[in-house]
Amino acid sequence: MTDYSADSILVLLDVTPSGALSKSAAGLLGAAAEVGTPVALIVAAAGEGEQQAQDAAALGATHVIVAEHAAAGTELTVPGADALAAAAELVRPDAILVSNSIEGREIAARYAARSRSGLAVDAVGVARDAEGVVARHSVYGGAYNVDSAVTWGAPVITVREGSIDARAEAKPASIERLEVAASGRKAAVTGALEEEVVASSRPDLRGAAKVVSGGRGLGSEDKFVLVDQLADVLGAAVGASRAAVDAGYVPQSHQVGQTGVSVSPQLYIALGISGAIQHRAGMQTAKTIVAINKDGDAPIFEIADFGIVGDLFTVVPQLIAALEARKA
Amino acid sequence: MKIVVLVKEVPDTYGDRKLDLQTGLADRAASETVLDEISERALEVALAYADSHADTEVVVLSMSPESAAATVRKGLAMGAAAAVQVVDEALLGADLGLTAEVLAAALRRIGFDLVIAGNQSTDGSGGVLPAMIAEHLDVPNATSLNSVEIADAEVRGERATDHGTMQVTASMPAVISITEALPDARFPNFKGIMAAKKKPFETLSLADLDIDAETTEASRSIVISLGEKPPRTAGTKIVDEGDAGERLAEYLVQNRLA
Repeated sequence: MTDYSADSILVLLDVTPSGALSKSAAGLLGAAAEVGTPVALIVAAAGEGEQQAQDAAALGATHVIVAEHAAAGTELTVPGADALAAAAELVRPDAILVSNSIEGREIAARYAARSRSGLAVDAVGVARDAEGVVARHSVYGGAYNVDSAVTWGAPVITVREGSIDARAEAKPASIERLEVAASGRKAAVTGALEEEVVASSRPDLRGAAKVVSGGRGLGSEDKFVLVDQLADVLGAAVGASRAAVDAGYVPQSHQVGQTGVSVSPQLYIALGISGAIQHRAGMQTAKTIVAINKDGDAPIFEIADFGIVGDLFTVVPQLIAALEARKA
Repeated sequence: MKIVVLVKEVPDTYGDRKLDLQTGLADRAASETVLDEISERALEVALAYADSHADTEVVVLSMSPESAAATVRKGLAMGAAAAVQVVDEALLGADLGLTAEVLAAALRRIGFDLVIAGNQSTDGSGGVLPAMIAEHLDVPNATSLNSVEIADAEVRGERATDHGTMQVTASMPAVISITEALPDARFPNFKGIMAAKKKPFETLSLADLDIDAETTEASRSIVISLGEKPPRTAGTKIVDEGDAGERLAEYLVQNRLA
């Protein structure tokens, strides 16, 4: 039996379909290390999970629990919740951190309901005060900062992907296997995953350091290519306003805003986007905002650090040429 | 088949939304309220099924302040057969845990074969309640569905995951949640609005559900501090005089952004 530190933070790490740790792992372990001793939990089928456990140690997990569940990979949400319950029983952590991914937050949801733990979702940071671990939130599109705590016990906190900059130091691998008995809770059965075809080597919108977004002002699916071109010159991800998505210029997965992805990049460039509140709610926490729009009264200019009133079809090609000239 | 659709009243996202800095609660008076669009889509899934399956009863369920009754009634005008609203002073500021317990208790009382919810509300956007409710009710959660196929004893659909899509199947009773990929909802017509006035509308209190909001048996999430961020201010704004692209390139380079 391992002795777990009194200040242990249990961190559930997502594993991608190809078997790697999800990109959120580094931030989750980084956040955990700031408030306690990170203990990673990986849910795997019997005999699997060794490589992910090594990787988790390299990202700062002091200890790694590989939870083996017979239904891992065939049942939805329940195996993860069962594993979390078993690991929490073992570790008795001060807090449980889970990625706010779709899979992660639903596992957190089931576990919190089962254990009647306090649940805080979509945190952008964690801290510790005299009473325990506190979750930091940014709500209503970043208009407010809210701190939340729980009335007793270990809080279950889901952490927004890409929101944590802190990283933990690599640790020697200390890995333990835990056989999890199925709770018998009824679960949906999952079929094969069809992986999203990634169109290019562009970064993911979530967690991207730079984002170039296009709106209705692009005018058509064909002309939206201009957004892609600027994104590629800058090494940025491609986003879009809801208007551009509704008009069919780009798939819904690119939508930035209240109903869509929330981003907080270093640089956000809005092309032909008027800046409706719905859109601003998903991007106004960006460090630097640049807007190009024909309409000088567009609300996007109220929050832009650098705004250009002009035709994006002349300004953007000139910008691309100027950036390429500097690179050369 | 009895389908219960979870509906929520939310601040209209086309207006400014505010938190009350004294109480930490949503300032409901500060903005127009509407039936959440994703709730309407969830209801549309149920109504579309009912259109082609005569033996289907669609009920809308909401936990909300009394003032939301008119919004819940819109569900009746759209075509639901009955509405249930859980209203109780003690639910003011309820966290996710209490909300899930209350909705699960109401669902047990109403009875259901299928519960349909939106995947995420536009205000709280937690995305966890359907799974929490499924846990309380010990039924499967088939959540985040881009498509829904309701059969006699099971519900199937394409689930949007973080890495792609997958088919999921759940035997009923079950809780499902749907994404924006499902169709827009129908508009209530005049006939529906008139008919809604005669449809059953039940209001339940926590006592009716035998729930004590103050119990210390469950840990609750509470707000311990709240601050409003200063609004962003506009920086430089130029009108293109033929060199705006060049000037922007220079700005990006100077700020180490390119």
